[in-house]
Order: sequence, then C-alpha cells, then structure tokens
Amino acid sequence: MRIGELVKHIDGKVLCCEECLDSEVVYAFASDLMSDVLTVKCENFLLITGLSNIQAVRTAEMSDIQVIVFVRNKRVSEDMIRLARENSIVLVECSCTMFKVSGILYGLGIKAVY
Amino acid sequence: MKFEYKVQGGDFVRAGHASSEVKKILKQLNVEPSLVKRVVVALYEAEVNIVAHAYNGMAYVDIDASRVLVRLDDNGPGISDIELAMQPGFSTASSTVREMGFGAGMGLPNIKSNSDEFSISSEVGKGTHLEFVVYLNSK
Repeated sequence: MRIGELVKHIDGKVLCCEECLDSEVVYAFASDLMSDVLTVKCENFLLITGLSNIQAVRTAEMSDIQVIVFVRNKRVSEDMIRLARENSIVLVECSCTMFKVSGILYGLGIKAVY
Repeated sequence: MKFEYKVQGGDFVRAGHASSEVKKILKQLNVEPSLVKRVVVALYEAEVNIVAHAYNGMAYVDIDASRVLVRLDDNGPGISDIELAMQPGFSTASSTVREMGFGAGMGLPNIKSNSDEFSISSEVGKGTHLEFVVYLNSK
C-alpha cells in the first residue's frame, strides 16, 4: 500500500518527506524498544513506536526503515525531523494507540516482518 | 580505505554518527543493501554500547573489496563476565539508557549475529575491545 494512503487510514499527520508518500509499504513492525527493531533483518518496512527521540530516527536510518508512525500522541522534535529529512524517512504523528494502528494496518494487508 | 571516529560516552544525541558516516561510504561504494545493513546495525549497536557504558572510545573502520573490518576500543569499566554479557537479555544498562530504547541485553548478541567474524575482550577498570568482520562477497 502507498504510504500516503495508509496515513489517511490512521488519521496521521505527515511531518516530513512528503515526496516519498507514493512509495509502497509491504511490512511493518511495532515496538518501543529500539534493541528489538535492530534485530529485524528485512529492509524497507514501517515502524510503529511510542518512543519519540533522536535514537528512534537513527535506528530507522540503520535499519532501512521507510516510515515511522509515532503513536499515543508522542510529539516529534525539530532535530528528529532534520535527521529524517537527511535520510528520506517519512515521520508521522498519530493519536491512536499502538494496538489500534497495528490492527488497522494489518487489516489493510500490511504484513508482519516475521 | 581506513576511517576512524570518536565516540563519546553519555552522548546519546551523537550516538550513531559513525554508523551514519559508514553507511554513506558503503552506499557510495555500491555495496549490496543487505550487507550495508549488517555492517551499520552492528556498528550502531557497538556505538550505543560505548555511549551507554564507557567514558569514551574509538571506532576504526577498514574497508577493502572483500570485507569490512570494524574495531572498537573504549575506556570504561570493562566487562567482568563476557559470557554472561553475551547472553541475550542480560544487561547492566541504566534507566537513562533504557529510556532511550536500549539496554535490553541484545546488543552484543546482535553484533555477533550480523557479523561473519566476532571477537571481544575486556579488562575490568580499563575498557573493552571489540572487533567484527562482514564479508562483502558472502550471501
């Protein structure tokens, strides 16, 4: 599914890299623990997290993550947006819980990484 | 090609700087994305370990056509029981480190699983030396 379309379904707010919204997302992973995210072997996936700090974006950079959806109303800082722009990572703020976003995306056919 | 990067203990804002630079270099060299990911994830985990546990350290990266060799030396408290530290889930990380999303006791095992060769040695009260290799022609 296209990133832009998926963001509409979760009522998300796109904060940067709008030029990437036509890219397709196939897989997603949900975790607040970056240690777990770093063990995911596949590339190009969407991360759902409630951890809003610079290391979440760094982890995305190293893990080849295309999109981060920050759930539970977590706010994203300017530093995070700057780093995401450098690496073409779409950042999305969303007021839903992690469970709800995961459920919606799973229902839309987005696959689990394992 | 050889590169070296300083890693400052406690500086979570800059943690990942070396990994970010190495990722750019490997991409420019047209290294296969899955291999780039293995190198930079392992290096990032190692950087975070220095930031989380040591006072300061250095990352030395040596790239040739066949492999990427990474060596990390830190000045820090060292690891008294390496076998225990290598066990998934074992961690001595502070609450600050855990709040950053790390400290789950998965860093060292993840460095090992992403590399083709891995070695670690440590002296309590002095620091830790870690080395790993990723072959660029492996599948």
